Amino acid sequence: MTKQVTLTIDNREISVPAGTLIVDAAKKAGIDIPVFCYHPKMEPVGMCRMCLVDVGRPVRDRATGELVLEEDGSPKIQFGWKLETSCTVPVSEGMVVVTDSDKVENSQTDVLEFLLTSHPLDCPVCDKGGECALQNLAMEHGPTESRFIYDEKQHAEKRVSLGDLIYLDRERCIQCARCIRFQSEIAGDPVLQFYSRGRSTDIITVSDPAFDSYWSGNTTDLCPVGALTTADFRFSARPWELKSAASICTHCAVGCNLTYNTRREAKSGGEVVIKRAMPRQNEQVNELWICDKGRFAYHFAGSENRLTQPLIRRDGELAPASWDEALTLAAEKLAAAGNGLLTLVGGRLPNEDLYTLDKLTTALGGKIGLYTYMAGGDLTARYGLSAGSNLGDLGKGDAILVVASDLEEEAPLWYLRVKQAAERGATLIVANPRETKLDRYAAHNIRYAYGEETEAVRQAAEAQFAEAQNAVIFFGSEGLGLAGSAALAQACADLLVETGHTGRPNNGLVGVWARANEQGAWELGIRPATDLSADVLYIAAADPFGDDPALRTSNPEQFVIVQELFLTETAKLADVVFPAQAQVEREGTFTSGERRVQRFYPVVAPKGESLPDFQIAAKLGAKAGIELKGGFPSLIFPQIAAEIPAYEGITYRKLAEVAEQWPIVGGGDLYYGGTSYKNEQGLGVHLALHPDGDAEPWSAGTAASKSADALLAVPVTRLYDRGTTLTPSNVLEPRLSHPFVALNPSDAEAQRAADGMKVNVGVNGASAPVTVRVDETVPAGFALLPRSMGIPLDGPTEVIIQLVEVVQA
Amino acid sequence: MSKHVLLRHRDIPDIDKLDVYRANGGFDIFEKAVTSMEPTTVTDIVKASGLRGRGGAGFPTGVKWSFMDNDNWPHYVVANADESEPGTFKDREIMERNPFQFLEGVAIASYAVGANAAYIYCRGEFWQVAHFLDEKIAEAEEAGLLGENLFGTDYSLKIYTHLGAGAYICGEETALLESMEGKRGQPRLRPPFPPSYGLYGKPTVVNNVETLTNVPLIVANGADWYKSLGTEDTAGVKIFSLSGRVKKPGNYELPFGTTFRELIFEHGGGIIDDRAIKAIMPAGASSSVVPATDEALDTPMDYGSVRKLDADLGSASVIVIDDTVSMDWVINKTIHFFKHESCGKCTPCRDGNYWMLHISERIHNGEGTSQDVELLNSVAHQIQNKCLCALGEFSIQAVMTSIERFPQDFELAVKR
Repeated sequence: MTKQVTLTIDNREISVPAGTLIVDAAKKAGIDIPVFCYHPKMEPVGMCRMCLVDVGRPVRDRATGELVLEEDGSPKIQFGWKLETSCTVPVSEGMVVVTDSDKVENSQTDVLEFLLTSHPLDCPVCDKGGECALQNLAMEHGPTESRFIYDEKQHAEKRVSLGDLIYLDRERCIQCARCIRFQSEIAGDPVLQFYSRGRSTDIITVSDPAFDSYWSGNTTDLCPVGALTTADFRFSARPWELKSAASICTHCAVGCNLTYNTRREAKSGGEVVIKRAMPRQNEQVNELWICDKGRFAYHFAGSENRLTQPLIRRDGELAPASWDEALTLAAEKLAAAGNGLLTLVGGRLPNEDLYTLDKLTTALGGKIGLYTYMAGGDLTARYGLSAGSNLGDLGKGDAILVVASDLEEEAPLWYLRVKQAAERGATLIVANPRETKLDRYAAHNIRYAYGEETEAVRQAAEAQFAEAQNAVIFFGSEGLGLAGSAALAQACADLLVETGHTGRPNNGLVGVWARANEQGAWELGIRPATDLSADVLYIAAADPFGDDPALRTSNPEQFVIVQELFLTETAKLADVVFPAQAQVEREGTFTSGERRVQRFYPVVAPKGESLPDFQIAAKLGAKAGIELKGGFPSLIFPQIAAEIPAYEGITYRKLAEVAEQWPIVGGGDLYYGGTSYKNEQGLGVHLALHPDGDAEPWSAGTAASKSADALLAVPVTRLYDRGTTLTPSNVLEPRLSHPFVALNPSDAEAQRAADGMKVNVGVNGASAPVTVRVDETVPAGFALLPRSMGIPLDGPTEVIIQLVEVVQA
Repeated sequence: MSKHVLLRHRDIPDIDKLDVYRANGGFDIFEKAVTSMEPTTVTDIVKASGLRGRGGAGFPTGVKWSFMDNDNWPHYVVANADESEPGTFKDREIMERNPFQFLEGVAIASYAVGANAAYIYCRGEFWQVAHFLDEKIAEAEEAGLLGENLFGTDYSLKIYTHLGAGAYICGEETALLESMEGKRGQPRLRPPFPPSYGLYGKPTVVNNVETLTNVPLIVANGADWYKSLGTEDTAGVKIFSLSGRVKKPGNYELPFGTTFRELIFEHGGGIIDDRAIKAIMPAGASSSVVPATDEALDTPMDYGSVRKLDADLGSASVIVIDDTVSMDWVINKTIHFFKHESCGKCTPCRDGNYWMLHISERIHNGEGTSQDVELLNSVAHQIQNKCLCALGEFSIQAVMTSIERFPQDFELAVKR
């Protein structure tokens, strides 16, 4: 245990671990020392000089080393001749700190005056107004009038684009370097720098494209003034008009805690709309950060293109129908289908909806399947992370293997936390057929050919895992489909079992799922669907026909029922379509890839006549004569807790429990922790492990063997893909990936394809137009095709592609 | 022995040629140290000599060497040749005219702290000096005086020059190290100090050029010899860079304890046109301004005595001001310099100097009021003791002391 040091701050005696900085010690004691440049997550720099305090230390006799005492027997305290920056000085035994003397307060006023005199004071039109550290501290400590001549104030550009997403107001910047330091220290993308010097010091972006980072939005939370704003929120609302609702991000399996800010506004027809997504602190999940996808891709829920009423196919065309009519028709088909029913569910459905759909399907005698390209969730349920786990605890002596995943593209927050664990000393092994960004933090980089994942796991990790105190494996689906990922998961699980890294905190297997709640689906016993042929196909939150149009044409007689947010390719071809509610319109729970169950809450009103997926299922059941208990997620969840052992004892109330977290953020402390939200709505609960596991591990058979000479297509995942819930975000539109095929230069040459050339790729007999990217990090013999681009490549590694019909670029 | 300890080229022609330097005992003591002395013995001699840093801070050199963290290797020596203080031009003369003595000083310091690589950080404008030093280093290597396995031992030393990019702040040792590492030249937080966390995070001694140039003769002649020069307060000799309104500006190597009067009137030949001397800035632009009273002129120039005048000797770049010069002009120049050179890292220096310049421009242009003088003084006090490094604190010395000690100049200025 770290040694404790006792000191006095403003006459209050406190004990904190040795090494604690004065500013943090004060914070723990409830004493706020004003700061601008300091942030508890970053190395102190002592630049802004706002946190100067008076520091005294006990005097020791030079000869004897004994404390020198005052006449009253108390230790004699010697104060320094100048104030010290509390953000850079660690506490020491017997230290006496004064933060509220005239000397200190005068110093704070002095520094604030300097900052204010160089500041435009355009608070009335500034997006930060109302949640601004400078504004708050000026009110508290600042001078009330200026002693300088306004015309001599230095003016600067007020609208500098730092890339598509972030704007800089140079005049407002106070040169605290928080943004620069965040990008280099935390994000690992050092794309911001200071330029020039002195009063001319500017923030610039040094990357091309500008501000090339998935973390850029966080700098606007850290900015203590209105210098950095997002293109999304800039000039769109004032902070005091906003209301807050807690949520969980739906865009990947990490489960970042969010706060959505909403406003009821005239320009949206008097509706309550989401104005921005902000990180909500959960030190075990996302700390204070979110990626730009989580921040900017919330727009789908408010999209004009949402389905708002049921549709029924009449005379070959989908036409509006009443709920009763649509439910009656669908229920008839469902009831008649018997074992000819396949319910296909997507991984973005909450636990309560998956449970209800499962119950309905079972009662009807049908089968339920998860629409996914990745397997192994039965193994993560058995050998995954359990209570007490926190990636933030991993460090020296621990090992992490990331295999078949480009973690930054697939689960950015895990990328960040794995990177940080490696920086704390954990042995990171990255195994992937091509270079990924995480490689730079790895102690060992393993390259293997697509299809040889399981051997790579052995080679990668055996030695390191045997020695490691704790070990975690992240496995993904790069280049893999169901069969391959199931085999990979098994190999990873075997390694963990053999090296003793299961069944205890901070050890286990994590699946890098594509959707927020795929782990939840596996925990509920739902397994991937491998064959979509059925008399009645009932689809919720999945778009199989979008991914592979041939699926529909090969089963023309199939009756298809879809519940969706949008008129997806699948919905367009359905017989009955129900409008589903978006996650932000209702409550529920997700189970993250780390197996943490987390609650989300209603943020905005539902669109049109849309209903939550669980309720549509319940209504269909009622029509078919099946009564499903629980009209609300809060009534369904207890049934899950009662039936599924891993959920035993978990309640909505427990999910909403919070505990004090470090650093302390929120409240009036905008200057200390930035504008990340304090978590007052629940930290979530880890699931218990499923110790005996399934009787048989789930398998999709063996992956097809590859033919040696052919060019082989493999699927890869991009963060900014063209998924259903991402494309409606206008602000991200310029950054979304377009369909491409990435080729090694040697293969490009052999195919007579050049970078930027438009070609058609032929896959499984179908073909699609894409753009060629020549990339030397792509292994020779393989063609990388991104997922969710409308190219029918559903996974299994073995697809031969040919470049057909070269069109002149 | 020649008259000079440091400016020996003034006594020995062509000492910048290796054979001449060698003929005058050059590199003998380095060879002796490497072949027959313990590194700690070398450090002890320097410590006992009372040699203090000549860059301005006056920190005891041997003590600094003894702070090197011996649990962390490699060690580096960096010669601070960023000579940028307005009024200071001594290091350049040493490097251009007596280069081998400087290089031998670097070499001995490197041996004393166990460094196998030493860097000479020259200000960007010294590119010709750096080029010249490169040639001298090559000659010494050719002669087996630098390089691998020196004098048949396993001690090796490479010396490299490195050019800055033209920033005053890079004379601050931690900003210098940042600059050498290829980063922005901005000061680091101290502690940790360079002897525990220096170049690339490794223990590093950063010494001024003049400091290091003292070292060969100190180690050769012993601590007592050196202590016999100078005063009890400050041992040894110093190159005083004399400039301003004097007839014969230039570098003068004199023992510590020489009075301002002797420097200015005997060596410097007195004031131009024999006008009345008004003030002295003993440490360049960073200086307090000292009224040139008889008491001041008769003050011996050592660190302790100058302190009694509420000033610091610093790098001993003595700028002389006569009665033709108004102090509002002087501080307008110093503020302009510091505003230009402020790195922008800390608020008081960055914003304070910006406003000081605007106010002092007003005063100097005859557009100011007495409130402006008060405001200027107030802003200077507002900067005081709040800065991250010494530059910010230096920037206000002349301002505060001029307003305090020459109020009449400002009264006149606001009436112009």
